[in-house]
Amino acid sequence: MKVRLLHPNRDYELNEKLAPQHEDTVSDLALETLFATMAAGDTRVHQIARDVMLASLDEVATIEYRQRALQDCLAQPLVVTELYELAVGVREAERHIFGSMWRSPTSIVHRSVQVLELFIDALKRVSALRQQAAARFESEAFVNLFATLANELDDEFFAEVDLHLKRLHFRSGVLVSAVLGPGNRGERVVLRAPRERRWRERLALAERSSYSFVIPPRDEAGARALDDIRNLGIGDAADALEQSCEHMRSFFRQLRDELGFYVGAINLHQALTTRGAPICFPQARPADETTLAFSDLHDVALCLTTDAPVVGNDLEATGKRLVVITGANQGGKSTFLRSVGIAQLMGQCGMFVSARSLTTDVRDAVRTHFRREEDATMQSGKLDEELARMSKTIDAMTARSILLCNESFASTNELEGSEIARQIVYALLQAGVKVLYVTHMYDLAQRLHEDASLDAVFLRAPRATNGEARFQLRDGAPQPTSHGEDIYEQIFGETP
Amino acid sequence: MSESPFQSVLTPEDARLVVEGGEPPYFRDLNLDQVVARIVRGYEEYELGAIFRTRLSRTDDVLYRQEVFSDLEVDETRAHVVAFAGAMRTMRRQLAQVEQRYYARERQGWFLLVAATYAEAVTRLDSALAPIELGSRGMRGLRDHLHAHVESAEFKRLAADIASVTGALAAIRFAVNIKGPRVTITRFAEDEDYGAAIVRTFERFRQGKVAEQSSGVQSWPENSHVSAQILDRVARFHSDAFVALDEFCTRHRQFSDALIGTFDCEVQFYIAYLAHCSQLQEAGLRFCHPRVSSRAKTTLVRDAFDMALAQKLVAEGAPVVTNDIKLDGPERAIVVSGPNQGGKTTFARMFGQLHHLAAIGCPVPGTRAQLMLCDRLFTHFERQENIATLAGKLEEELQRVHAILEQAGGRSVVVMNESFSSTSLHDAFVIGRAVIGQLVESDLLCVYVTFIDELSRLSPATVSMVSSIDVADPATRTFKILRRPADGLAYAAALAAKYRLGSDQVGERLRG
Repeated sequence: MKVRLLHPNRDYELNEKLAPQHEDTVSDLALETLFATMAAGDTRVHQIARDVMLASLDEVATIEYRQRALQDCLAQPLVVTELYELAVGVREAERHIFGSMWRSPTSIVHRSVQVLELFIDALKRVSALRQQAAARFESEAFVNLFATLANELDDEFFAEVDLHLKRLHFRSGVLVSAVLGPGNRGERVVLRAPRERRWRERLALAERSSYSFVIPPRDEAGARALDDIRNLGIGDAADALEQSCEHMRSFFRQLRDELGFYVGAINLHQALTTRGAPICFPQARPADETTLAFSDLHDVALCLTTDAPVVGNDLEATGKRLVVITGANQGGKSTFLRSVGIAQLMGQCGMFVSARSLTTDVRDAVRTHFRREEDATMQSGKLDEELARMSKTIDAMTARSILLCNESFASTNELEGSEIARQIVYALLQAGVKVLYVTHMYDLAQRLHEDASLDAVFLRAPRATNGEARFQLRDGAPQPTSHGEDIYEQIFGETP
Repeated sequence: MSESPFQSVLTPEDARLVVEGGEPPYFRDLNLDQVVARIVRGYEEYELGAIFRTRLSRTDDVLYRQEVFSDLEVDETRAHVVAFAGAMRTMRRQLAQVEQRYYARERQGWFLLVAATYAEAVTRLDSALAPIELGSRGMRGLRDHLHAHVESAEFKRLAADIASVTGALAAIRFAVNIKGPRVTITRFAEDEDYGAAIVRTFERFRQGKVAEQSSGVQSWPENSHVSAQILDRVARFHSDAFVALDEFCTRHRQFSDALIGTFDCEVQFYIAYLAHCSQLQEAGLRFCHPRVSSRAKTTLVRDAFDMALAQKLVAEGAPVVTNDIKLDGPERAIVVSGPNQGGKTTFARMFGQLHHLAAIGCPVPGTRAQLMLCDRLFTHFERQENIATLAGKLEEELQRVHAILEQAGGRSVVVMNESFSSTSLHDAFVIGRAVIGQLVESDLLCVYVTFIDELSRLSPATVSMVSSIDVADPATRTFKILRRPADGLAYAAALAAKYRLGSDQVGERLRG
């Protein structure tokens, strides 16, 4: 019984831990805000959101598979949420069924039967929900899931379960088969289904068919030995039941985890629409169709943390793999960079983005290299740190990744920093990486601008002037000075 | 079976191995106790220690073992012997089970297993050794003996009986129903595997990999009258098989061959030693078979090392330094001097170890070796314990030296390490000169480690060897002991150079 809500051909497997190569991406793009909104207090959804978002899909078909499933979810949020809560609830309820301290086969069977009954009850409710809601779903993912449930959870299945529950009382005794192992010791003991009365009678007609003996009531050693043999048989049932429970548990876990992503997406959707942010499903293009074009793209992280109106940006960079952003400090450069990174990740996990429209080619990873304000150590140590971090970042990339640089190598003097950066950028572009680079290093921007063969897009953050939307970037060649003086002047009331 | 009847893989048929009980007095000084402890670790059941402690007195006895080593140094041959030993070990464990069973049918079942394990081990070794080229008297004798045993009518009958009885018992399947205290035994009828039936019902929920569940610590009770009663009922359904088992146990009560059992134990001496060598060989160290002579005093060893130190260094992944030894013509005593911590004591131990190992027939550390087969081996190392005063210490040392000189003869080996170092330079020189004189006079072979370099220039019988230092970086010890005249100033000069205090350097700095 495959759930397959996230991938058409395989199960989703949650990695609960954040992989080290994603740490920078998460902090640089302020993704925790996003995950927390998706989770709405559910730590499992938090982990799932993080894991699914960071494990970018690289096939357009799978992205579209999820987009359609998510559209179903946004249309039927209550059904999806109820199904999710059923899956969560059954796992919670199991915690209240205690086993015995002595893990004897009998006690395991006893507990497993209770767990089994709980699971069967939940399955009946899943069945009921399916019957009532299946018709309203259109996506391949949900249509298939409901069909699987209809097939597997039929009357025959529930009848079989009832028979097992009856037999597990062992009313006619515990029947085992065995062979003689080394030293004529009983071995390969296997629990057998109880014999029907008719069969027993038939056997009785043959020669001598059975020998019996009885352990006397006071024979404790005998009783213990007999228990050992009986337990070998019941142990089979215990193992089978534990395994069966584990299978069912894993089914509910799978259902929960795959639904968890959609529940998170429903939560995020609600949070963004409440704030009036634009929503659209992006168009994903295969990696070889280099594209980045959007209108009114919002920084989701900013939307979720501010009440002030957020300004969107536009970009048309079809066919281009380098975007260089220069201009005024606090002119919205970082916001712009973040909004692109977040949108790329959201789009690549099959989610909507916050924009009026967005088209991008699929990249296998979104990597970031942001200037670290916090480590104000010695200059040389900082450059070391930057270089080491860049090296680690590149370790975690392929030629099909996208790299977002924010003031990288600004920790050293401009000449040195710009040269290092230029060499890295050229090498990355040559390999096929898409690069968005925010810099105030005029030397770097200018040299990239002069090289017509690069075919890059240059954006400039405007000076902030009263009455103007502050954070919208425009096309523009690099200019020799940044606007730090202005801000200085604003704050200090004099030129530096 | 042309050669004389085979007795032992450790000694030729005309010799009797006399194993000394305790540890020789020199064992601890030479760290041979550590070496042997390490070698026999994992081989405790064979009680090999005494064999490793007992030197052989005749060169032919040494040769006999060297031949066996040569055969067993071939990986394939050794692998067969190791496999055989493994099977024999299994057999002994099974034999212990026989003794622990109360009920006849269980005991008989284990006995059948013991016999089967033995027969298979013996048959396998026989056919494995048949096509192999063997050069040693010991292994050839064993092979002939083994083959004769396997080909005997008695053994063939044993093998045939094992096969038929085991087959009959293995075919038995039965069913037991337990309802309360009532136990019912029936023939096996293809009843449905109920655990599998449960799993089948719920299999559909499986997602990917699932760990196998097992509640199972229980096992079929042994030595229980319940098991015994069940077995009795099963036997009623299958009386032929159990009658055959009963007959088997009577007929083959004594099935094993004593010499083969002895071989299994004795051959472990070789296996254990070679296993230890191979660990050191993996680290690039080499072993060789020494040429031994009970008369010639020429001693020549290339690339030797201290076995005890090597096993420690290799375990730590540290490099092991090798050294050469040469005593030729009239030379009898090696006087080792030079900087401390330079490997002098290690060299002395190595000298003693080489002679002991050669005398028990083992390959020795080195790429090439010629050694005297010594009849006595003495060591004189500093004793830390029970010494009240310095005078008392010197007295104690001299008493021990005296005892050695009393006993030592022309075929002895003596290792003296930092003797008399607690007394004054003058005393140490005078005593040392006298002792070395007497040692040389006895015509024995000896190593004398001392800080007094004059002792190396006493006579044509003394050879000077010096622990050396790396001139470029005197702090690095090379642990190389080189044959050259002692020069107590070399180390000091190198150290000075390191701190730019050499005479030229100081001159330059003063001019600078």
